[in-house]
Amino acid sequence: MGNPILEIENLRTSFRIKDNYYAAVDDVSLTVKKNELLAIVGESGCGKSALAFSIMGLHSKANVEGNIYFKGRDIANISPAKLNELRGKEMGMIFQDSLSALNPLMIIGDQIDEIIYIHNNKLAKKDRKEKVIDLLDKVGILHPAFTYNQFPHELSGGMRQRVVIAMAIANEPELLIADEPTTALDVTIQSQILDLLKKLKEDIHAGIILITHDLGVVAEMADRVAVMYAGQIVEIADVYTLFENPLHPYTRSLLNSVPNSNVVQSELHVIEGIVPSLQNLPREGCRFSPRIPWVDSSAHEKNPELHEVNPGHFVRCTCYRNFYFPEKSKGDQHHVVS
Amino acid sequence: MWKFTVRRIGIMIPQIALLSILIFIMAKMMPGDALSGLIDPSIDPATIEAMRDRLGLNNPWHIQYVDWIKGVIQGDFGQSFRFKMPVTELISQRLINTFWLSLATLILTYLIAIPLGITSGRYNDTWADRLITGYTYVGFAAPLFIFALIMVWIFGFHFGWFPTSGSVKPGLSPGTFEYVLSKINHLMLPALSMALIATVTTVQYLRSEIIDTKQKDFVVTARAKGASESRVYNRHILRNSLLPIAAFFGYEITGLIGGTIFIENIFGYPGMGQLFLESITLRDFSVVTTVVLIFGIASILGALISDIILSLVDPRIRIK
Repeated sequence: MGNPILEIENLRTSFRIKDNYYAAVDDVSLTVKKNELLAIVGESGCGKSALAFSIMGLHSKANVEGNIYFKGRDIANISPAKLNELRGKEMGMIFQDSLSALNPLMIIGDQIDEIIYIHNNKLAKKDRKEKVIDLLDKVGILHPAFTYNQFPHELSGGMRQRVVIAMAIANEPELLIADEPTTALDVTIQSQILDLLKKLKEDIHAGIILITHDLGVVAEMADRVAVMYAGQIVEIADVYTLFENPLHPYTRSLLNSVPNSNVVQSELHVIEGIVPSLQNLPREGCRFSPRIPWVDSSAHEKNPELHEVNPGHFVRCTCYRNFYFPEKSKGDQHHVVS
Repeated sequence: MWKFTVRRIGIMIPQIALLSILIFIMAKMMPGDALSGLIDPSIDPATIEAMRDRLGLNNPWHIQYVDWIKGVIQGDFGQSFRFKMPVTELISQRLINTFWLSLATLILTYLIAIPLGITSGRYNDTWADRLITGYTYVGFAAPLFIFALIMVWIFGFHFGWFPTSGSVKPGLSPGTFEYVLSKINHLMLPALSMALIATVTTVQYLRSEIIDTKQKDFVVTARAKGASESRVYNRHILRNSLLPIAAFFGYEITGLIGGTIFIENIFGYPGMGQLFLESITLRDFSVVTTVVLIFGIASILGALISDIILSLVDPRIRIK
């Protein structure tokens, strides 16, 4: 797989609410290698996007602690000018909502042109235009020269998402972060965009972080998976292990919540409770314990840590050993989705 | 773009027609007419009645309206009873004066509003922002006619930097350089007084637009591209924040009309506003209707200009 492109150590991103700081990303460590696709899954509000924004340095009012090494260089604490040299050039980001992510008053061509111009202002306008049209063609836009002059509101959601992707890959970044790239799209367009991402993954040889809450997408795309809950990584493993042998109660509950056509279930499995809000997050003990109250509380660790149960397979807390599903959901039924 | 403009102008015509009817009816509803005030009381009331008949003042309103509008279309706004001269002649010079005053005010308004609004919005919640917002609150609270009086007192009488009345120094012939300079000199104080008060709305508007746009997703996209702060502001935030300011332009003109009425009276500036108040007190019916009609048309034109500017800068509202 090659050398790690990105290494995150003990990252903690906190936001100020009134007079206190609350960590949305708490003690996250992970690595992404070249040509590897790491998926980060979790419910809404678990800190996935906050993590992505921290890597790109896009938080304007958050307190980011810890180290983020990009190709061995700590980017968590460098100057904005230095960071701007990397952003858009060596690190690209694909955003979730393509309509709001594009400037409504600029034509598509100029928006993609800008990212090329910022990092290489010696290239002539004509050459840049050629490059932009090539990029639009590459992401599957049918009439790239025509779309070049169109405004975002004139395109469909799927087309706009392609434009956002074209922008992110314009300078052939070595790290690509895709923040829920298919969430805002309907199912057929979703699969087209996923196919495109798969193709690009082989093309650009970048390390990719794919943030999603769709386990189907994970099964189809990922090499490795990190499961996040309440700001922490609770389980990390390669994709086969995670689907075949999920250990953490949260991972198992998540997989069990996916509707499956092979198993006739009278009721869809639901995880009890809700994701705690930032202010009400349990800061001590196992953060998932309030949602599995039937499990004996002595099963949890006092200060849950990530344990390497098998090579490359990490699980937080010891409660997974004693976890079982309560009667009504008829036990543990998980299946590989793809 | 052309289609849009033509269509937009098409909407204006019924607007103006309706406006003229409303103005005419309202003017007719004012108590008294030109023959009820300054007429020699020894004249026989029957003669006055005969005079009213001759002038058509006893006809039903719609007939009077048709008589009036026929003239208006041909550029004949009737006679001023007070000045004994055609309204057109009376108004033309004053209209030009008011036009220059309004233009100077508009330019000053934006010259003040844009830098202040940008500073305030970009560096919100800093001391500079607090200072600017403080000024806007004072501007909101201060009535224009009091503020203008203070300006006249300080810069007109106390320092004597600017003339305190008139629109040009007497004895200069039009077209000479001195004449133009004198015109500008007479304009400065009233225009500045009005601009300093009128600008606060625009400052506040621009400030909140910038603060709003700063948090938009496409600004995050621009940062993720590696754009520098100044590029993010100039290319992405400012242009999007100026849109509503362009939309506000039409209202700015309407506000300006209200402003000139006060300002021209305080500064003794011979413009439409001054004429308007004089004519109302003297029941100079034909002048009042003409002035209100011109003010009304100016407001409608202001809205038209806003829409055209907006369609030029915002691709989303162009009609295909």
